[in-house]
Amino acid sequence: MTVNELKIKSIEYRRRLLTYIEKANAGHTGGSLSCVDILNVLYNRILNVSPETFKDPGRDRYVQSKGHSVEALYVVLADRGFFPESDLETLCRFGSHYVGHPTRKVNGIEQNTGALGHGLPIAVGMALAGKKDGASYRVFTLLGDGELAEGSNWEASMAAAHYGLDNLTAILDRNTLQITGRTEDVCGLEPLTEKFRAFGWSVRETDGHDHADLERTLRAVPFEPDRPSLVIARTVKGKGVSFIEDVAKWHHGVPSDEEFERALAELDRAMAAACKE
Amino acid sequence: MTLEQGKANLEVFADTLLELARADRNVLAVTSDSRGSGKLGPFGAALPDRIVEVGIAEQNLVGVAAGLASCGKTVFAVSPACFLTARALEQIKNDVAYSGNPVKVVGISAGVSYGALGSTHHSIHDLAALRAIHGIDVVVPADNFEAREAILAAARSPRPVYVRFGKRALPHVHAPGARFEIGKAIVAREGKDVAFVATGETVCQASMAAMELEKAGLSARVVSMHTVKPLDAEAVLAAARACRAMVTVEEHCVFGGLGEACAAVLMQAGVSIPFRIVGFPDEYTMTGSQLEIFGHYGISPEGLAKTARALLE
Repeated sequence: MTVNELKIKSIEYRRRLLTYIEKANAGHTGGSLSCVDILNVLYNRILNVSPETFKDPGRDRYVQSKGHSVEALYVVLADRGFFPESDLETLCRFGSHYVGHPTRKVNGIEQNTGALGHGLPIAVGMALAGKKDGASYRVFTLLGDGELAEGSNWEASMAAAHYGLDNLTAILDRNTLQITGRTEDVCGLEPLTEKFRAFGWSVRETDGHDHADLERTLRAVPFEPDRPSLVIARTVKGKGVSFIEDVAKWHHGVPSDEEFERALAELDRAMAAACKE
Repeated sequence: MTLEQGKANLEVFADTLLELARADRNVLAVTSDSRGSGKLGPFGAALPDRIVEVGIAEQNLVGVAAGLASCGKTVFAVSPACFLTARALEQIKNDVAYSGNPVKVVGISAGVSYGALGSTHHSIHDLAALRAIHGIDVVVPADNFEAREAILAAARSPRPVYVRFGKRALPHVHAPGARFEIGKAIVAREGKDVAFVATGETVCQASMAAMELEKAGLSARVVSMHTVKPLDAEAVLAAARACRAMVTVEEHCVFGGLGEACAAVLMQAGVSIPFRIVGFPDEYTMTGSQLEIFGHYGISPEGLAKTARALLE
């Protein structure tokens, strides 16, 4: 798959996740648009996992700590064949397994998440199990930047470095927005690179919407032997739809019919441009 | 007649865990600077690569344990019950119970074992908190036999289990040949006047109360309700049918624990008998040794016998 094909996939993923959010009248629009390029590269280029190998003890594991961006995960998993895409018609409906945060009732999902600050400790446990078993699988987790205020992340960061978990990669969706506003206004997080380095991690930054840059960075893990890797993916919340981009209220804003049509029109133009490349 | 003295359940736990880990390389203990209080020093010395230390970080302790369990490990997450079931409650709820990761959550020095250290170190909320969470069994062993069997059963179980231990040496409450199964109460003593339905380290108090009552010509049934969830409703109803009154006993706040669970069973079955819940009232619990605190709140042989006599009058 070429970089341009990945780019086209991302536009299609954005179309679909907006479609299901609009239909369900529920969802986390901004964060899903923010992380969908990361998930695209992970599932199509990096992770050694497929519907056939999902129960294989040797599979790579992905834990989505920022569980609220589940719509992005659903459309990527559906595209990879973990379940029929038509299942997503039931998103957030009464009794549907496709609820507003990841659960193991959905094929392809490793852990139930949604409460923030839970993914990294679980990923540390998975990576530690791999080390104990001499297994070659790798563990990836996607963190939101707002959730870094949860102390459990820092507890887990210390443990990851203490145990030299170079089979663990955390990706930070650094879109700088949380529900209330800018992360740096709510309760400042920076300097994140220095903080994680001080905690014993190896850190690299990447453009979280540049598929080539993401792939290059994720293929380079572990960045150093015996250290966990952190990828700070610089992203834009709501990426791909101009009026949703970088606006805090779109954290869980749902587009109106008119906004939905405008969003699809923008994505159609982006698709036409990408197809000409 | 007195009960024969045994060891602290905590020591039985540590010995049993070492035995399990020697037999199965997938058995791990995860600790939060708690190997000393968990009597796991010998475990760590014998099998250093089988103990995972995370430092004083209970949330991470449970999250890491869940991750390990999801990869096929039989994980015992060991930490003082007061911190483990309060600070890491969300991890127990989501990462263990909701995700179905079969971690064995082991609360040590539970109840008022750390009695003199004050309310920060008491765990008298844990049964209520964990009873309200779907997908985890709650087991409180009464003596060394139950402690060993509970650990073996928890290790075999495909489900998450919370097991709670104290640190005081306990008398044996069961006759040889007793059978243990999670969810099945054990009748430690037959009787027809009053039924003590007790859990954990209060069962021996109830057994001694039964001996007191016997001297006064009253016979007391003692039911060890080691599994608080799922509750053995049949055993509660059988005790109510066999006796004229019921006293529940627990090392826990009277809200949301064993007593209210038994009351719900009786009321919904339409059974009405004189009934008392003995536990800690809604106040900051007195401090002192576990037995001193028990005595203050009537969880003593004399106190329980008195409560039973008052109900029977």
